[in-house]
Amino acid sequence: MAMGELIFVGLGLWSEKDITIAGKEAAGTCDKVFAEFYTSMLGVPEEKIEEVIGRPIEVLSREEVEDGNAILDEAADKKVCLLTGGDPMTATTHIDLCLRAIERGIDTKVVHGISIMTASAGLLGLQSYKFGRTTTLAFPEGDYFPTSPYGVIKENMERGLHTLVLLDIGKKLMTANEGIELLMEMEERERGGVIGKKTLMAVVARASSPSPSVRAGYPDELLKENFGPPLHCIVVPGKLHFMEAKALVMLADAPEEIMK
Amino acid sequence: MGRKEENVRKAEKLRKQLDRIRNIGVIAHIDHGKTTFSDNLLAGAGMISEELAGEQLALDYDEQEQARGITINAAAASMVHEYEGKEYLINLIDTPGHVDFGGDVTRAMRAVDGGIVVVCAVEGVMPQTETVLRQALREKVKPVLLINKVDRLINELKLNAEEMQQRFIKIIGEVNKLIRKMVPEEFKDEWKVKVEDGSVIFGSSLHNWAISKPYMDKTGITFKDIYDYCKNNDEKTLAKKLPMYKTALDMVIDHLPSPKEAQKYRIPVIWKGDPESPVGKAMLECNSKGPLAMMVTKIIIDPHAGEIAFGRVYSGEIREGQEVYISGMPKKYRVQQVAIMVGNDRITVKEVEAGNIAAVTGLKDAIAGSTVTSEPDMESFESIKYISDPVVTVRVEAKRPSDLPKLVKALRNISKSDPSIVVSINQESGEYLMSGMGELHLEITEYRIKNEQGVDIVTSEPTVIYRETVEKKSPKFEGKSPNKHNYLYVEVEPLDEKIVKAIQEGQIPENVKKHAKEVTKTLQDLGMDRVEAKGVFAIKGPNIITDVTKGIQHLFETKELLKQAFEEVIDSGPKANEPVMGVKIRLVDAKLHEDAIHRGPAQIIPAMRNAIYGAMTLAKPKLLEPMQKIFISVPHELMGEVSKELQQRRATILDIKSEGDMSIIHGKAPVAEMFGFASAIRSATGGKVLWNTENMGFEPLPDFLQEEVTAKIRERKGLKPEPWGADHYMG
Ligand SMILES: Nc1nc2c(ncn2[C@@H]2O[C@H](COP(=O)(O)OP(=O)(O)O)[C@@H](O)[C@H]2O)c(=O)[nH]1
Repeated sequence: MAMGELIFVGLGLWSEKDITIAGKEAAGTCDKVFAEFYTSMLGVPEEKIEEVIGRPIEVLSREEVEDGNAILDEAADKKVCLLTGGDPMTATTHIDLCLRAIERGIDTKVVHGISIMTASAGLLGLQSYKFGRTTTLAFPEGDYFPTSPYGVIKENMERGLHTLVLLDIGKKLMTANEGIELLMEMEERERGGVIGKKTLMAVVARASSPSPSVRAGYPDELLKENFGPPLHCIVVPGKLHFMEAKALVMLADAPEEIMK
Repeated sequence: MGRKEENVRKAEKLRKQLDRIRNIGVIAHIDHGKTTFSDNLLAGAGMISEELAGEQLALDYDEQEQARGITINAAAASMVHEYEGKEYLINLIDTPGHVDFGGDVTRAMRAVDGGIVVVCAVEGVMPQTETVLRQALREKVKPVLLINKVDRLINELKLNAEEMQQRFIKIIGEVNKLIRKMVPEEFKDEWKVKVEDGSVIFGSSLHNWAISKPYMDKTGITFKDIYDYCKNNDEKTLAKKLPMYKTALDMVIDHLPSPKEAQKYRIPVIWKGDPESPVGKAMLECNSKGPLAMMVTKIIIDPHAGEIAFGRVYSGEIREGQEVYISGMPKKYRVQQVAIMVGNDRITVKEVEAGNIAAVTGLKDAIAGSTVTSEPDMESFESIKYISDPVVTVRVEAKRPSDLPKLVKALRNISKSDPSIVVSINQESGEYLMSGMGELHLEITEYRIKNEQGVDIVTSEPTVIYRETVEKKSPKFEGKSPNKHNYLYVEVEPLDEKIVKAIQEGQIPENVKKHAKEVTKTLQDLGMDRVEAKGVFAIKGPNIITDVTKGIQHLFETKELLKQAFEEVIDSGPKANEPVMGVKIRLVDAKLHEDAIHRGPAQIIPAMRNAIYGAMTLAKPKLLEPMQKIFISVPHELMGEVSKELQQRRATILDIKSEGDMSIIHGKAPVAEMFGFASAIRSATGGKVLWNTENMGFEPLPDFLQEEVTAKIRERKGLKPEPWGADHYMG
C-alpha cells in the first residue's frame, strides 16, 4: 500500500497571493486538496485560490475537520493537503489532526503562512517579543459570558506586555467596535481597572490587504470609527518602548501624548 | 340598599383595617361538603340568597364542574361578619377538592393564612384530608376543624348521643395526629384544635346549623338538645338558633390570624429575599405604604374581561393605572382594572391594599405563581410546589387543520390558567402534547378546550410519563468536546432518598447561585459530604450536579454551560428520553482549552451531555413508573369483583377494612394500568362503588417490563428500539 501524506499549507491573511511558493507547489501536486475557513478566513473567495494552485478544493465544515476522519482516511494512501488561513499550526485542531495522522503512520509536513501574530505587531510597529498570551473574544450567549480574555489582558498588562485580542468568527464576524464594547462590559463585571477611558488600544483591520486599517487611540474615540470590511483584531499595548510609542503615533494615528 | 350592596360598601372600608381581615380557605376530602359549606357562609353573610344556598353553588361556577360535581377552579369571595361588636372582612378562597388538581390547591393555600378543615362525620378523616392539610401546614396556614354532616349520624346511622360523642373524639384525635406530624415546630402546641376553645365546631351544611363549645356556653344548648332537634326532624329551629355561618365565622375570626399576624411568620417560608430590604420589611409588616408585592395564585380567562389575575397583595397596594413589573419579564405593565370578589361578581375598586385578595386585569404575561411588584429587581416568591408532577400525556390535534392557530391559542390559555397542564411540541412530528395530573384532569381540560375555547379537537389514547434513574454508582466517564480540546470527567450515582424528598418538598431553594450558603447548609444537614454540598451548582427535578474538582483553571467560566447540559439531560434521559429523577452527578475532573473560543457552548455542552449520558449508561439505568393510591368503598358481596378488577391491573391491596356493610379497600396501582378503570369498575359492580385515586410519586417499573416499555416509548418517539451503549458517548 502506498504511504499517504498529509500536508498543512498556510494561506496567509488576505488574498490568493499570500500563499508561499512552497505552499503553492505542494498543493499543486496533491491528489486531494481540502480547505477549512472556520479557524480563520481570507478576504477573497476560494475560487481565486483554486486558480492559483490549479486544483479543485473541497471546503470542509467545522464538524468534518474536528471529526478528522474524512481527511485522515483520504490521506491513508494518498497525498492530501489541508489549506488553512494564517499559519496552520497556530490552531489546536490542526495539531490534533497532525498527531492523529502520525499515529496512523501517515507522513506529515507543514508549509507555513503569514500569521496575524506577527502581521498585527508589524503594522502597528510593536515589538513582537513583547507580546504576552493571545486571547479570543467570543460572543456571549444567554447567561454564558466568558470573561477570561479580560484576565489574560490583565495578566499581560501587569507584566508590561502587549495583548493580541482575536475576535469571534463563528456564527457572525465580530467587529473591533463590538470587541471593544465587550471588553468594556467585562470591566463593568470584573472591575479590575484594566479597561478605562485612558486605556490605549489599537485596531488592525484587513492585515496583509492593500488597504489595511490601522488605528490606535482611547476606547471612546475608537468606538466612533468604522473600520470597514473584516477581519478585525484588537491589540491592547502594555508598557511602550519609546520607539513603539513613536510608531503608534506615526503608523496608527495614536494621540501624541503617549510619547511623553 | 340591599344587604349585598351594603356589604360591598362595608367591605370597601374594612379592606384598610388589617386586624379586621381574615384570608381563609376550606380544606376537605371530596364530597365531605366543602361546596355546600362555602355557599352556606356566603348566603349567611348575605352574598347570595339564603334559600338558594346549597343550590346556587356560588363557588362552583364552572359549568363542567357542576356536571361532574367536582370543584375545579379556585375562585374567591369576600364576606362581612360581625363578631363581638366589630365587623370583619373575610376573604374566602375556594380550593378544588379533587387531588388530580393538586396544583390548584397549593396555589390557593399560598393566598390564605387559615384553613377550615371540613371532615364528614360519617366517613371521618380521609386521604385527601391528609394531603391537603399537609400542603396547608407546609405553607404555615393555620387549621381549624368543622365536623360536618352530623345530621347523618343521627338520622341515618342512628347513633345514640354517647356513640356520636365517641365518633367526634375519634375524628378530633385523628386530625390532631395529622397536625402534630406536620405542624411547623414553633406552633407545635398552639395549632392543636380543641373543643374547649372553640377551634372545633360541629354541624350540618345541608341544614345550615353548627355548634361550638363557646356557643353551648352562651346559649345553654347541649349536644343532647341537638340530638333531639335532629331526631324530631326540627333542624329548621336549630338553624335559626345556631346558624352555621355565625358559628363558623366566629371561629374564623377568633382562631385564624389576621394578615398582619400571619405575614410575620409566613413571608420567610414563601419568599427568600432580604428581610431587611424595603420590600422585605413591608411584607413582614403587611404595610400598604411600602413597595407593591403581590403573588398571582390563579388566572381566569373571562370571555369579556380577558385574562384576570387573582392574587394576594403582601405589601403596598395595587392601583388602577399603576405601572408594575412581572417576575421574569423585562418590560412594565399597566394595571387596567382592580377588583375584589363577591360571589361571582367582581366589584371594581380604585386600589387593593396589602393583606387582601385582588382580581387584576392588564397583567398580560402573568401566570399563576408570578410575582407582581413595583420594584424592578425584587426577588420573586418561591415557586409554588406541586404535590405531584404531570404523569399522563395525550396528543392533541385540531379536527380541522385550518383550526391550528386557534388550537395553539387555546392551549396557551389553558396552560396559563392551569399551570399543572404542561403543553409541549414534539420537535420531529410537530404534534402538540398535553400533560396533566391524571386521566380525568386531561378529560376535563379537553372538555374546556372544546367548550370554553370553542376549538374542535381530537386526542390520542393517553400515555404515561415515566422517569429515568440509576441503580448504582458509575465509574468515571470521559466526555469529549467535538473539537477534542476539552475533556470532562463525570460520575453518577443514586441521589440520597432524603435529599430527593427535600427537593420535592421545596426545602432547598432552586436558585442555587443566589442562595449558595443555604443550599450547602441544608444539604450538609441532610447528610451530604461537605465538599459535595459546597460544589453543588444546579438542582433540577430531584437531581443535583456538584463540582468536586479542585483548582481547575477556567472551569468557573464554563459553569453556565455545564448547567445547561445538565438541564438538557434531566429533561431527557439516555434510556428513553424521559425526565431524569433521583440522580447525583459529580464532576470529578476537567481538562479545558486555554482560549475561551475553543470551549464555547458548541463544545462544552455536548461534552458534558455525553459525559453524563455515558456515566448513566454504566450505572444500571432504569425506568420508574407513576403510581396511584386507590381507595374503594363497596358492598361486601361485591368484593370479589373489585379484587378481580384490581388484580388485572398490577395493583397491590394494602388494607381492607369493614365498615357496616361496606368494605373499604386501600391499595396502589401503576397509573399505566388504571386507564379506563372508571367504567370497568362501574360495570363490574353495577355502579355500587365509591372510589378515588391520588398520585403518589414514582416506583421502579418491574424488571420484566423494563425492556419492553423502553422499546415502546422509544418507538413512539421515533428512536431506535434499544438505548445506546456507553461507547456511543465516548466521542
Ligand atoms: N346530610 C348531609 N349532607 C350533606 C351535608 N353537607 C353536604 N352534604 C351533601 O354531600 C354531598 C357533597 O357535598 P359537596 O358540598 O358537593 O362536597 P364537596 O365535594 O366537598 O364540595 C352533596 O350531596 C351534599 O348535599 C350535611 O351536612 N349533611
